[in-house]
Amino acid sequence: MSRQPMNPIVRRRQITNAIALVMATGATLFGLLWLVWILWTTVTQGASALSPALFTQMTPPPGEEGGLLNAFYGSAVMILLAIVVGTPIGILAGTYLSEFGKTSVLAETIRFINDILLSAPSIVVGLFIYELVVTTTGHFSGYAGGLALGMILLPVVVRTTDEALRLIPNQLREAGLALGLPQWKVVGYVIYRSASTGIATGVLLGVARISGETAPLLFTALNNQYWSTDLSAPMANVPVVIFQYAMSPYDSWHALAWAGAFVVTAFVLALSIAVRLFLRPRSFK
Amino acid sequence: MSSATITSEQGAPATPERTGQPAAATGDRLFRLLTGGAAWLVLILLLGAAGSMAWGGREAFQTFGWSFITSKDWDAVGHQFGALVPIYGTIVSSVIAMIVAVPISFGIATFLAEVAPRWMRGPIGMAIELLAAVPSIIYGMWGLFVFAPFMSEHVEPWVTEHWATLPVIGVLFDGPPIGIGMLTAGIILGIMTIPFISSVMRDVFQAIPPALRESAFALGATPWEVVCKVTLPHTRSAVMGAIFLGLGRALGETMAVTFVLGNAHDFSLSLLMPGNSIAAAIANEFTEADSPIYHSALIALGFLLFVVTFIVLAIAKFMLLRIERKGR
Repeated sequence: MSRQPMNPIVRRRQITNAIALVMATGATLFGLLWLVWILWTTVTQGASALSPALFTQMTPPPGEEGGLLNAFYGSAVMILLAIVVGTPIGILAGTYLSEFGKTSVLAETIRFINDILLSAPSIVVGLFIYELVVTTTGHFSGYAGGLALGMILLPVVVRTTDEALRLIPNQLREAGLALGLPQWKVVGYVIYRSASTGIATGVLLGVARISGETAPLLFTALNNQYWSTDLSAPMANVPVVIFQYAMSPYDSWHALAWAGAFVVTAFVLALSIAVRLFLRPRSFK
Repeated sequence: MSSATITSEQGAPATPERTGQPAAATGDRLFRLLTGGAAWLVLILLLGAAGSMAWGGREAFQTFGWSFITSKDWDAVGHQFGALVPIYGTIVSSVIAMIVAVPISFGIATFLAEVAPRWMRGPIGMAIELLAAVPSIIYGMWGLFVFAPFMSEHVEPWVTEHWATLPVIGVLFDGPPIGIGMLTAGIILGIMTIPFISSVMRDVFQAIPPALRESAFALGATPWEVVCKVTLPHTRSAVMGAIFLGLGRALGETMAVTFVLGNAHDFSLSLLMPGNSIAAAIANEFTEADSPIYHSALIALGFLLFVVTFIVLAIAKFMLLRIERKGR
């Protein structure tokens, strides 16, 4: 940079530039501030409420000691059910998009619809499963909760599978076909294997997404104060317990809600970070 | 995206007959049917969701007709249901969210594209994206126990004192500083949508042809001029798409809003007063709805929400697709 007297127009442009870039940096710090604030609150409030009882006792009535064991169990069962329902369908649909549909009108339409499902309000999914399952069977159930979560997981898996498969070079498919393998074997034994990290990323991100979902569970699994392994009955789950306890007037329930929030947040963030660090070498949109 | 085009042009022939082996051909046909069926299921789920909610809400739509949307009566005992207050609350809280989120997201995208050194981009981008991974119920709890008291003690008294006297818009800021209300909910929604908007914006900013940026720099443009005179015009439709994507999220966000909006069915112009939103009304009242018409009215609300978010998200997707085509 030369040190001669500066042209006033250039000077003004450089000042504008400096102000704009400082504001951009400020905006980023502002965005990070909220993350730090929210995590700080969750950690300080939640860690103090952590105790062994949290994982060994049932959800208590007001004023008594207790834990969240039945809620953790219910959440785990429903998340598992969601994976069992959502993953195979999602992988198959993603396979159709990348291996058969490609850029046909139908495939592009399904991608479009899938992306909308991906961002659709989860409460709408809850209402849909309520209409579909709860009104027909006549009662809230763990099945309905698992299905609702599965429907939220599904579009995540469809999208990541589609993208992961499309990254596989065509030579791999051609090599398999040239050996005389039928296409389903090429996909099943070769393509899936090469794309397994991408697909696993999708499933794990989906699990991170549904672990904290509350709205769809409010009208599907509802809640249960007791130890319940019956999937056809209302089932306890962590997010709904957090919701009810946080909205309650009791301090002991608030503490439990924070403890639950801490565990859920830690789980979800750990999963998201691990997926990004270990499974996803380069991010695709 | 571009890899997909190449795949489709050079792709393996999909006709199973080519092998001449009946067993293989049957296997392939079955495989195609299976995957195709799963793909159709995605379409069917969307249609099914829309259809089932239209069906569930039919009683409310038939009984109240257009007044369901235009009336602000919400009387569970008298069986009178009008959705104006929740609709208004949904729109206003989402607009506040966009006022907060759009400039901040633009700043973050600019920072990541032009200011941050290369090694910093990954970690900071990831940290912002983690804001999106935090479950919305955590935002709700934090909003209720931490942010709402903060607003009522530190922000809202100041806002009332300085802005309530302004002409015309003053009425928006005139109210008791209770912390819970439209303004708090809107700000929290804004924070929640920042990661969605900023990460899409960052991606499209990074996807513009390097030659464009480089030629602008070669002409002596400052980084800021490159952003606002080259990058932004080039990516305008995708940036709009990112904003609509955030708006779609904000419209349908449930738990965070349920905690801090106050669930009041009274109409108030003040942003400091409790209000209601479509999603919050459904979450709060659904399991308490004791009459068929009450139930139906809530499902009808869900149908309205679904239709509106569908339209907003479809616009977002179209705008984002346009830049993808341009980039090819």
